[in-house]
Order: sequence, then C-alpha cells, then structure tokens
Amino acid sequence: MTLLAVDDITVSYGRLTALRGVTLKIAEGEVLFVTGPNGAGKSTLLNAIAGVVPAGSGSITMDGANVTGASPEDIARRGFSLVPEGRNVFGALSIEENLKVGTGMRADRHKIAGDLDSVYAEFPMLADRRHTAAGMLSGGQQQMLVIGRALMTAPRIMAIDEPSLGLAPKIIDQVYEILVRLRAQRKLTLLIVEQSSTRAMMTGGRMILIRGGRIVLEGAAADMIKDERLKQAYFGFGDH
Amino acid sequence: MTAVLQIIFDALSLGSLYALGALGIALIFGVMRLVNFAHGDFIAFCVFAMLWPSIDATAVVFAGMLPFYLLIPLLLIIGATLSILSEIVVFRRFRNTNPATMMIASFALGFVIRHLMLMLYSSRPKSITLWPSLGLPVDFLGAHIPMLQVVTIVITLAALAVLVLFLKRTRYGLEMRAAAENFTMARMLGVRANGVILLAFAISGMLAAAIGLILATISGTADINMGANVMLIAFIATVIGGLGSVPGAVAGGFIIGAASVIFQATLPHDARVFRDAFVYGAVIVVLLVRPQGLFAPKSAKQRV
Repeated sequence: MTLLAVDDITVSYGRLTALRGVTLKIAEGEVLFVTGPNGAGKSTLLNAIAGVVPAGSGSITMDGANVTGASPEDIARRGFSLVPEGRNVFGALSIEENLKVGTGMRADRHKIAGDLDSVYAEFPMLADRRHTAAGMLSGGQQQMLVIGRALMTAPRIMAIDEPSLGLAPKIIDQVYEILVRLRAQRKLTLLIVEQSSTRAMMTGGRMILIRGGRIVLEGAAADMIKDERLKQAYFGFGDH
Repeated sequence: MTAVLQIIFDALSLGSLYALGALGIALIFGVMRLVNFAHGDFIAFCVFAMLWPSIDATAVVFAGMLPFYLLIPLLLIIGATLSILSEIVVFRRFRNTNPATMMIASFALGFVIRHLMLMLYSSRPKSITLWPSLGLPVDFLGAHIPMLQVVTIVITLAALAVLVLFLKRTRYGLEMRAAAENFTMARMLGVRANGVILLAFAISGMLAAAIGLILATISGTADINMGANVMLIAFIATVIGGLGSVPGAVAGGFIIGAASVIFQATLPHDARVFRDAFVYGAVIVVLLVRPQGLFAPKSAKQRV
C-alpha cells in the first residue's frame, strides 16, 4: 500500500529551480534511499514533503490525502517525521525535553511514557544524561538524540537527511544498525538521503538517484551500486 | 546602613519594572524575531482602559473603581486581548518578512494605538488614584520603604516564578522554548506555529498590563507616553541580556535598574542630571565587551 506519493513536483528558490518534476512512491514498511551529488535537490525533496519549502507545482499525497501546501505541523501530525541535515537539536533544552517536544501532538498520551523508556533502552547513553543540555552532546550522540526525538512522535514515515554527515565511520555503522533494527521492530517506513551508496547497499531496499533536480536512475540498492551510470551521475562524464 | 537598604529597594523595584518590560519583549522576539516597539503603547493603553473616554482634564474613572480582585484580572485580559489582536490583525501578515520590516510594522501599530488614545482622551495627562494606601512607607530595619516598592518587587518575583514554572513544567512552555530556539524544527515536530505565537503575545500583553498598573499607581497619572520610556529601557535590557534569552532579559532589566539607582546615589550632585548618559555609557561598554549580550542564547550563535 502506498503511504507517500510525490507526483511531478517542482520546487524553485527564486530563479533557481531545485526540483524539476520529481515523482516517487513509498510503500508501507519500505526503505527508500535517495542519493546523488551535492546540490542535486535531495534535501529540497525532503523539505518539500515536510512542508518546509512550498512546491511550485505537482502534488504530495500521504495515506491517500492530498497534503500539498499543508503546514509542517500538519504534515508532522499525519505521521511524517523529518530528521533534517545538521541534526538541529534544541541545544538549550535537556535531552529528555528534546525527546518530549514532539509528543505534544500525540493522541495516544498513555503510550508516551512507554515509548520514552524504549528510546532510552535503545540509546542507553541518552538515559544516563537525560537532564544534560543537548548542546553538550557530541555529533554522534546528537544524531542518536534526533533519531530518538523523531521516534517519540510515533511516526509512520521517518525521513533522515544525511545521517552519516560529519560522523566517524564507527558511529555511522552504529546509526545504521539502529535504523535497521528499528525498522524491523516497528515496521517503520524509512526515507533516507545518503551520499554514501555503500551504506544503502548494506541496508538494502530501493534507491533513487537524483541529479540536477531530476530522478535519473531508480532500482534496488544492491543492483544500482554495480551500475556504471551511478558513477557517471556523480562524476559527470559520459552524458554530455 | 539604612541608606544602603534604601538603595537596594530602589534598585530592586526599578529593576523589577524593567525586567517585566524586557520579558514582554523577549518572549515575542524568541518566537518570531520581532522587536515589538508597540509594547510601550500597550502599557499606556492598559492604563487608559481604566478611564472613561473623555477629553476633560479630570479623568472619569471607570474600570479603575473596581476592587483590586476584579480590576487586576480585567486589566490582564485587556492587555492580552490587545496583544493577541495586534498579532492577528498586523504581525501575522509580516510573519516571514525580514526583522526590519516587522519592527517598522510595530512602530506603525504603536502610532495607531497612540493616536487612537489621543482621539479618545486628548494629550493632557490625567490624574488617576489607585490604592493610595500603597504610598505609605513601611519600616524595614530602620529604613522607610514605600509599600508600593515592596509590592512591585513581590509582584515581579511572583510573575517570574509563575512564568518559570509555566516554561519549565508545562507542555506549552516546552513547545515555546523549543520554538524560540528553532522554530522550523519545532513545527516539524508538530508544534503549532500560531498557537505558540499567540501564547507569547498573550503573556506579553499581560506583562504590559502589569507594568501599566504599577506605573499608574506610582505616578498617579495617566499619560499617553508613559510606556515609551519603560519600553526603550526594557529593549536595551533585552539587548544587554542577549536578545531572545528569557533569563537574560530579566537579568538585563535588574542590571539597568540597579545601574540607574546606583549612579543616582553615587554621582556627584552636579553630574546627577546626566545620570542617563552614564547608564547608556555603561550599556555601550557592556556591548563592546560582549556584543552578543551577557546571556546570549545558543540559537543566536553563528552556525558554521
């Protein structure tokens, strides 16, 4: 069943067009990797779905309802949780407060305490420092915190923008282990923007390649890694 | 000793007034990066709301006749309503414009409110007597402290305590602090932008009403420009404290209040008329040393 459908959307920042007619579908429980070179429009795609940047044309549908032009808070309330690039922890708030910000919109209040315990069980390092200001955490710990914070909203789709950015390889492995486990446990649908295509291959799932605001390649992550066109898209030779 | 005690109480009560004003500005700045220069006119409006509209020199006291337990809630509601209306009618349309545009809009709104009051009440200051018994001094360790100073300090501390409890202990307080730090991220976590902003305006309006009540009781007059001075100093207090920081705004208010009183008490007699020049000089020194303010919030730091 299609959970999220993006149909032919175009996004422009002034005269600069960042996305040109992108169409994609994500089924419930699926993992979709979005990859491509810098400036291809990957983050713009996530921000457009989240309602942070308006789509100039085209439509976005979640769970059958048209959410084109809806506000970020309405889209979050429909179960789309975005972990943006650069992590964006609330540095002055404590770890526990960061985790609780997104629970205000939940209707199932009685489940919040249990979810908090399970996030702490998943990330014991957060539990030990729950009253510390989040700004004191290292980059890797902040990445764990924002994943935990997104989980606390009880999302149906979790979108993560460059989870490996600025992290040591060992920490990246840890982040992906957690994502794979969470997906299995919670039947979470994942939309991950990632530059490193090897991570995508290891995790499995589907992959799309964006370049110059267009989808240029689409397929199973494992097959695409072997495709010469992936390299071409990154390095630009051969197609013009 | 008694002179020192007197100075301490003067500093605390003046600082309280500035701290309440600075808080009203900082809360709104926190959630929408707007410096609301109409805040001073909100203060004056709340005072004039106690009078029946007339251009006579002697004020016709209207709501001011009510007993305090009705008058105070009524004025808080008036302050909150005016503030909420200004958000809905004016500031909402400037939500995503740059801060300078919003600031100019707030100047314009201030003009509109001031001239509305001019039309209804004329520019003549009016005398207004609220609770004359508060002017009587109380003896405290040998010093004569006006009752009103004690009341001002107590009200401010109580308002601060309620606000801190609200911000730290309630869901809406948490959402407000998150929104002040990163508005877009808070919205992506389901925090309603309009709700948080309206709440900030409502609290700010109630703080303006509280200042109006205190000012009217101290001065015994209602003057259309009575909020302007407090607004200016409160704005400077928020800058010293670090724009957007709530504890910074409170600290800034108390620091400026203390500085004025201490300069007043210690400057040589001939220099006292230039007290404000010394106060603003000290402000410049503080900003030269810490341009981001004393308690700059983390979110205000340049991100690399």
